[in-house]
Amino acid sequence: MFSARRLLGLGPRGLPLLRPRARAYAEPAAAGPAQMAFTFASPTQVFYNGANVKQVDVPTLTGSFGILASHVPTLQVLKPGVVTVYAEDGTATKYFVSSGSVTVHADSTVQVLAEEAVTMDMLDLATAKSNLEKAVSEMAAASDEAAKAEAQIKVEANEALVKALE
Amino acid sequence: MFARGAAVALYQPQWGQVRNMATLKDITRRLKSIKNIQKITKSMKMVSAAKYARAERELKPARVYGTGALALYEKAEIKAPEDKKKYLLIGVSSDRGLCGAIHTSIAKTMKNEITNLSNAGKEVMVVGVGDKIRGLLQRTHSNYFLLTFKEVGRRPPNFGDASVIASELLNSGYEFDEGSVIYNRFRSVISYKTDEKPIFSLETVAGSESLSIYDDIDADVLRNYQEFTLANILYYSLKESTTSEQSARMTAMDNASKNASEMIDKLTLTFNRTRQAVITKELIEIISGAAAL
Repeated sequence: MFSARRLLGLGPRGLPLLRPRARAYAEPAAAGPAQMAFTFASPTQVFYNGANVKQVDVPTLTGSFGILASHVPTLQVLKPGVVTVYAEDGTATKYFVSSGSVTVHADSTVQVLAEEAVTMDMLDLATAKSNLEKAVSEMAAASDEAAKAEAQIKVEANEALVKALE
Repeated sequence: MFARGAAVALYQPQWGQVRNMATLKDITRRLKSIKNIQKITKSMKMVSAAKYARAERELKPARVYGTGALALYEKAEIKAPEDKKKYLLIGVSSDRGLCGAIHTSIAKTMKNEITNLSNAGKEVMVVGVGDKIRGLLQRTHSNYFLLTFKEVGRRPPNFGDASVIASELLNSGYEFDEGSVIYNRFRSVISYKTDEKPIFSLETVAGSESLSIYDDIDADVLRNYQEFTLANILYYSLKESTTSEQSARMTAMDNASKNASEMIDKLTLTFNRTRQAVITKELIEIISGAAAL
C-alpha cells in the first residue's frame, strides 16, 4: 500500500516531491548577481571594462551563443566573426574579432579577450572580397600541410569578414 | 723596495689629494670628457622619457587585458597538486643595460626561486626573455636554461612577440606542470616592483576540481584556451616590464647627468685654482729671476 507520506506528496526526507524523481525539473542554478560585469578588450584597446550590459553575442568554435547575466560558467574560444553587445538601453554595437577567448565566471563576470577586434566601420567590403579570392587561390596552390592550414585559416577569416559586412 | 714604490705610484688617485699636482692639460682633458658624457646621458634620458610615455600609454589597455586573462586562475583558484615535479620559471627583462636594478632584481628573484624549488625536490627549468638574464645567470645556473630570447627591448613589444614566445615554449618539449612569470610591475615613474604571476599546464587546469563548474568544455577548446592565456600573460608581463625599464633608465640617466654636473663643478674649481697657481708660479720665477740679475 502507499505510505501516508507518499499520499501527502512527501518524499523520503519529508520534503515535498514535485514529481516522481525521474522526471523532476532541474534545480534552479545558484543565481549569480543580476548584473553582468563585462570586459571586452584587445591587446591594444579596451572596449568595455567591467561594464554593465544586457547581452553579448559571441561567435565561438562550437557555435554562436548569447550571454546574459547569470549565464552558466563556461570557457570558450572565439572564431572569426562578429561580437554584438546589447547595452542596457537596447542599443547594439558590433565588433569584428579575429580570435580569442571567452570566459564566463560564476559571479556573472564575463571576459571576452580578442586578439584583434575592430568596430565594423573600420572594415571595407571590397578589400575583404578581394582578400577572400586571394586566399582561395592560395589554398588551391598550397603544397604542404602547414601552408594549406594557413591558407584555410585565411579563407575562413575572410569568409567571416565578407559575411559580416554584407 | 724600488719596484713596490713604483707600483704604489701607479695606483695613486688622479685628483683629490695628490702628491703630484695634476697639470692643467690633465684637468682640461678630464673636464672635456665628462662634459661629453653628460651630453650623452642627457640625451639618453630624453629618449627614455619619450619611450616611457609611449609605453605607459600602451600599458593601460594591456593591464585590463592581462587581469582579464589571469581572472580565471584567481576565480577558479587553480593550484597544482603538491606532488607535481616540473616547474618552469620565465624571467622577463631585456637586452639593454643602464637601467638601474631592473635586471639584477629579476635575476636575484630567480636565483632564490631556483634554490627554494630545488630544495623542495622539484625539477626547474628557466626561460630568459632578454639577453641580460642569460648573462646574469649564465655562470652559476647555465644547466637550468631551456630557452633564451634576444632582441628584446629594442622595439615596444606587441602581441606577436608574446605569441612567438608562447609557441616556442609549448614546442620546446618540456612538459611543465606549473610555472611562474617573473617580471617588474610598474607602479610609478620612480618605483617598480618585482612580481610573480602563475601559469599552469593544460593537465593541471583540466584536472583542477573547480573547473567542473565551467560548463561544456572539451579538451580541444581547453587546449586552445590555455595556449591563448599563456600568450596573454606573457604579453602583459612584457608590457609592464618595458614600462618599468624605461622609467628606471630615465631615473638612472637623470642621476648620471646630475653626478656629471657635480663633477664638472668641482673640476672647474680645481682648474681655476690650478690656473691661478701656474700663473703665480711663473710670476714668482720671473720676479726672482729679475731680482737675481
